[in-house]
Amino acid sequence: MSELLHVSSAPHVRAKTSTSNVMLWVIIALLPTTCFGIYNFGIRALILLVATVLSCVLSETVFNLICKKKNTIGDLSAVVTGMILALNMPVNLPIWEAVIGGVFAIIVVKMLFGGLGQNFMNPALAARCFLLIAFAADMSNFKTTTAGFAGKIYSGATPLAQIRGQGGVIFPYELPNKFSTSSFLDAFLGFTPGTIGETSVLCLLIGLVILVAAKVISLRIPLAYIGTFAVYMFVFGTKAFSWEYVVAQLLTGGLVFGAIFMATDYATTPITRKGQILFGICCGLLTGIFRTIGGSPEGVSYAIILSNLMVPLIEKITIPRAFGLSKKALVKKEVK
Amino acid sequence: MKENMKRLINGIIKENPTFVLMLGMCPTLAVTSSAINGLGMGLSTTVVLIFANLIISLFRKRIPNGVRIPAFIVIVASLVTIVEFLMKAYFQSLSESLGVYIPLIVVNCLILGRAESFASKNGPIASIFDGVGMGLGFTLGLTIIGLIREILGNGSIFDIPVLTDIGFTPIAIFARAPGAFLVLAFLVAGMNIVRKKMDEKGKPLAKPSGCLTGDCANCTSRCENSTVKEEN
Repeated sequence: MSELLHVSSAPHVRAKTSTSNVMLWVIIALLPTTCFGIYNFGIRALILLVATVLSCVLSETVFNLICKKKNTIGDLSAVVTGMILALNMPVNLPIWEAVIGGVFAIIVVKMLFGGLGQNFMNPALAARCFLLIAFAADMSNFKTTTAGFAGKIYSGATPLAQIRGQGGVIFPYELPNKFSTSSFLDAFLGFTPGTIGETSVLCLLIGLVILVAAKVISLRIPLAYIGTFAVYMFVFGTKAFSWEYVVAQLLTGGLVFGAIFMATDYATTPITRKGQILFGICCGLLTGIFRTIGGSPEGVSYAIILSNLMVPLIEKITIPRAFGLSKKALVKKEVK
Repeated sequence: MKENMKRLINGIIKENPTFVLMLGMCPTLAVTSSAINGLGMGLSTTVVLIFANLIISLFRKRIPNGVRIPAFIVIVASLVTIVEFLMKAYFQSLSESLGVYIPLIVVNCLILGRAESFASKNGPIASIFDGVGMGLGFTLGLTIIGLIREILGNGSIFDIPVLTDIGFTPIAIFARAPGAFLVLAFLVAGMNIVRKKMDEKGKPLAKPSGCLTGDCANCTSRCENSTVKEEN
């Protein structure tokens, strides 16, 4: 905590919002897609989730013990990181790899930089990227060996990889060479292979409604993100000017999950309104570029963590103008 | 002689170029994907460093101050060419895996740094000892980083598989570029903890980097000398 406190003159606005409160809302918003993931992929998804969350919470505790600091797990942010990280994993990832991911997220990305609020990158996403490079084969193996409670075994590639593999010509998951409404519905409801939490757009949208209703996040970043991405894909996509292609790109992969839960993380996104929109546009553009010309069909995680790095610059150019100050005065002040 | 031995130990531990002085970071990060690469790079740099220190020290009074950097580079470049040809003749596979980083020893800031801050101010014997100490310290640093990255990223030690046989999935990121940054960061952090502990005990392990040159204006570390200077 910094010693310097800026206290404005009275009256002060009092709010009951606290970190743990906000995090609790995020956990509640994550529940629909978590439950769906467990329903779709089976009990192993739950085991993976518990292991990752435990690994996150324990590493934060151990770190605080070693550094003789107050234990900060009460703010629930470690739980949220663990949940998001687990939802970003394919269901068959070995448990020990998931645990390493949790340790990396908390120790390296969050605590070493000073804990919650000081981290410059979303811990869960950075850990996902770490795992993607560290265990590339396991992290992109979306084949399931056992059926989930939905009774489905997935053996094919993710729909996103299929679109990519077919040169973007067709979406149809399980129905090659033909556009089919049922595959769109499957992708919307979430009955496709993918990471545990990303498949069901419906459940993710329920989460969005919860977050917005609880005033935890605003719609600025998700809308700017998804909107920019859609426009980019419509114009520059592998199959340009095709609505089917754009809708397929929107419904598959981690885009919606990323836009709602990961691009809206407080610590790693701009605080100014203009900045948030700019940040969303950045994410959307990068995701579009990665998905069209990148090496892998998915690019959401890299797009968001790269945009995280741009946040200080974005905030610098979007400082709001104080009332009564002219633009010129602001520029002068900046120069000083 | 005692002074020289002290200088040797200094280079290896107290002022380790990799973990304390942070010199020569480019090869440190780029070629340490395996222990053998780290060792090879470290030893070839050591050879160049010893001879560069010796020659520069011998010529230190003849080299005009205004062109000293180009003169140093010509000397270092000649030595590197010799080492490069020798490696191509006798250690071909190592030379191939180190690739462009052998010619790049010419502009390694460890070598230029020692030439500038030590060899051009001290006699030949002292310079040789400084070169040996710094070179071995550099080799040690690179080998340790290479060893850790190889064990974690490849499951082997000096190309002998040890962990993959018992069902360990290599964490491939450590064999790649990000792994170099992670491993180096943790090792430097470890070194800083040791340094802090030694400071608290009243036995400071090393002065922060830059102090050997007396160049406090360009020094970013907060040592006693620089604060004195600021107060003046």
